[in-house]
Amino acid sequence: MSEVVGKAALCVRNLRKTFSDVVAVDGLDLEVRAGECFGLLGPNGAGKTTTIEICEGLTDADSGDVEVLGLTWRTEAEELRQRLGIQLQETQLSDKLTVEETLRLFRSFFHQGPDVPEVIARVQLEEKAKSRVGGLSGGQKQRLALACALVGDPDFLFLDEPTTGLDPQARRQLWDLIDRFRASGRTILLTTHYMDEAERLCDRVAIMDHGKVIAEGTPRELIASIGGEHSLEFSAGDGAGGLDPAALGRIEGIRDVHLEQGSVRMMVTELHRAVPAVLDELRRQQVPLTELRTHSATLEDVFVALTGRRLRED
Amino acid sequence: MKTEKAASQHALAQLTLVRFREFTREPEALFWVFLFPILLAAGLGIAFRNRPADVIRIVTPSAELARALRSEKRLDVQQLPAAQAEAQLRAGKAALEAVPATSGVTYRYDETNPDGRTARTLADAAIQRAAGRADPVPVNDSLVREPGSRYIDFLIPGLLGMNLMGSAIWGMGFAIVDARRKKLIKRLIATPMPRRYYLMSFVFSRLVLLVVEVLAVLGFGALAFGVPVRGSVLVLAGVCVLGSLSFSALGLLIASRVRTIEAASGLMNAVMMPMWVLSGVFFSSQRFPDAVQPIIKALPLTAVIDALRANMLQGAGVAQVAPQVGVLGVWMVVCFTLALKLFRWK
Repeated sequence: MSEVVGKAALCVRNLRKTFSDVVAVDGLDLEVRAGECFGLLGPNGAGKTTTIEICEGLTDADSGDVEVLGLTWRTEAEELRQRLGIQLQETQLSDKLTVEETLRLFRSFFHQGPDVPEVIARVQLEEKAKSRVGGLSGGQKQRLALACALVGDPDFLFLDEPTTGLDPQARRQLWDLIDRFRASGRTILLTTHYMDEAERLCDRVAIMDHGKVIAEGTPRELIASIGGEHSLEFSAGDGAGGLDPAALGRIEGIRDVHLEQGSVRMMVTELHRAVPAVLDELRRQQVPLTELRTHSATLEDVFVALTGRRLRED
Repeated sequence: MKTEKAASQHALAQLTLVRFREFTREPEALFWVFLFPILLAAGLGIAFRNRPADVIRIVTPSAELARALRSEKRLDVQQLPAAQAEAQLRAGKAALEAVPATSGVTYRYDETNPDGRTARTLADAAIQRAAGRADPVPVNDSLVREPGSRYIDFLIPGLLGMNLMGSAIWGMGFAIVDARRKKLIKRLIATPMPRRYYLMSFVFSRLVLLVVEVLAVLGFGALAFGVPVRGSVLVLAGVCVLGSLSFSALGLLIASRVRTIEAASGLMNAVMMPMWVLSGVFFSSQRFPDAVQPIIKALPLTAVIDALRANMLQGAGVAQVAPQVGVLGVWMVVCFTLALKLFRWK
């Protein structure tokens, strides 16, 4: 893998894919550098899974080019399969096999890779090695799925929503495992609709919506790009009717003022200057304050700022 | 870097092992493949065991006739009042009623019922003998009742054929459609697994299970009922293997595109049901009209059962079962080819 360090491990150009009448991927460009963990972030239906499955060689694109580790699916599929580790979004491995038997099966497909006990240790399933897959918890199943992806010692790991549906403890455990793989210098492409997951794991992210990349960069760059480090939110109760949001927008260092059901939300760069200014303005407008909240801006705020919608509508 | 791997780590060996594990860890599958045919053979073997010749029940109101008729051992003669005798005849509880007439005897019976016709012959002979008739030609009965001509001898090859079909089609169909439904096939083709190995693993595991299955059914038939295997064991094994391969190909074809278990079981039943009826599992397929015989003969189950019966009961060799082997070969090649073309991997 040393020969590709610093170069693109994945290069996607003008990718398009339509399913009957739904445009899933609409002219997508993407570049993942070797050795980085790259996140495709977006709401359900944004085209993340279609994109990753085209990169994995499981779905054919209508048009566009995909190059993985400098190889293409058309001409070097055999070699690519040996070098990629893939975890699909919803595979049910056979319930009747044990963890060890499942991994021995997957191991048999690859020319090289760690021994089965070593992979089991890597995903911390030693105690479950002889247990049937059907009896594993959701987190354990997901770690087994990750083990199946790691068993060929891949140069590039594809993870499609690796922690969806897991409890917080199981998610953290999986994040640690993914971190460890990344630390070994290999490349990861993952999809997620959890902003905290993308911020925690990814060096760079691309935010997808309606089959397109609408923003790309490091989580920090993206957050900075919406013009503030913090989100400030207050409620004015019944007095919100008399509020003039435009006056708030004129205060220096405040941007993107949204009024939503008696609650006002904005992005601010410097909290210590913005908060007194907002309080002064509310006093001047004689609007009573019932609640005031701030939090550091997240990728969620980036998505809201770009699309006006939240990542997960729930 | 390519490292040498032990044979047990070979992908095909692993895939085949997985097939075994999945099968043997499914108690229902074990029941249907191994126990069910034996229970069926035992039940039918007992129900249709050859009795020492059927005894037919007849009635008569006359004590004199009853005495004459009782000299015939194959008749169960009841002397009843006329009204009751009549009622028993109408209800089918008696096959014939012998009524004294002004001159001689009247036999009342249904001549479309074989038992009625037999009773008529037996009753008449008994009455005529009792009245002093002497047979001009002396006769001797020598009874033939040897293994090979009983119903159970007919049945065991039929059940074996049915079992070969059921286990291959169900084994193939359910396992593949279930794996597709769970997206396991998609997960497997995301690895470098050669696709042909996946399909070959089904065939290999089927062939190994086949040995156990055939031995179970034939062993039971031989031990419990003395069902013979008169032909060459090699030809028998060849027919079983070829039959199982043809049915596996058919199962693969059925499973090649289906996505749900419901659709698969409907399709499998639609394919197998006509063969259960037409191919002569429980009764001879010769009972169907001549016009449909060519179609029945072209069915794979008919070919397997005919070849098994010819081999086991008549000791037929390769030459005699060649037509059936041809039929099976065609089914195997056509179904495999089509299935490979149609198979939905993604």
